[in-house]
Amino acid sequence: MAMIVEWIAIVLALIGALVCAISAFGLIRLPDVYLRSHAATKSAALGVLFILLGAFLFFWMVDGEINAKLLLAILFVFMTSPVAGHLNGRAAYRSGVKLWKGSVRDDFKDVLESGGKSAPEAVHKPEPPKLP
Amino acid sequence: MTTIVLSLALAILAAAILGCTYRLIVGPSRSDRIAALDTIGINLLAMIAVLCMLLNTQALTEIILVIGILTFLGTTVLARYIERGSVIEDGDDR
Repeated sequence: MAMIVEWIAIVLALIGALVCAISAFGLIRLPDVYLRSHAATKSAALGVLFILLGAFLFFWMVDGEINAKLLLAILFVFMTSPVAGHLNGRAAYRSGVKLWKGSVRDDFKDVLESGGKSAPEAVHKPEPPKLP
Repeated sequence: MTTIVLSLALAILAAAILGCTYRLIVGPSRSDRIAALDTIGINLLAMIAVLCMLLNTQALTEIILVIGILTFLGTTVLARYIERGSVIEDGDDR
């Protein structure tokens, strides 16, 4: 039983490493800050979830101890990674980084031009999506 | 056998950090570099978790928490800096 769970933990670590590699690939290949932020935030957090869950199972089965610090690390990464991505994206928009030329919608621009009102009060004209 | 698989995971994570370093050096805007630094921190955290399993010790698990907190703080402070031009302002009590 311990052997099986140990192998499950190790395979989880390998899957997490592969997801982290996919995340780095997206960070290299995507064309825009706002698109790269998806790869940098979500898939990296998923890969870390797999690896930390694998480490938790590993120490639970091999050493027979429940390591609460690994659970805290999972919780912390899942709480802070979206917040950091959102802050970085807003800072990029407000410091004037251009969108990719194939982007079809820009909702934040309407909000900024209408004086910082929230989105339902801002005038939003739906426009047909242009294909890149 | 487990050592081989875990070493493979470490090598894949190192390659991921190398890719993020490319974006950190090349990145056209400052926000690209911040996103790359954030991802490097998260991958480093994952590398230390794999290293814990490889060395079969729980002594390194505090470092995971510390690196997580430092990565989040660094990203927050740098994003605030490029958005407003300063990190701590007068009369800033939020």
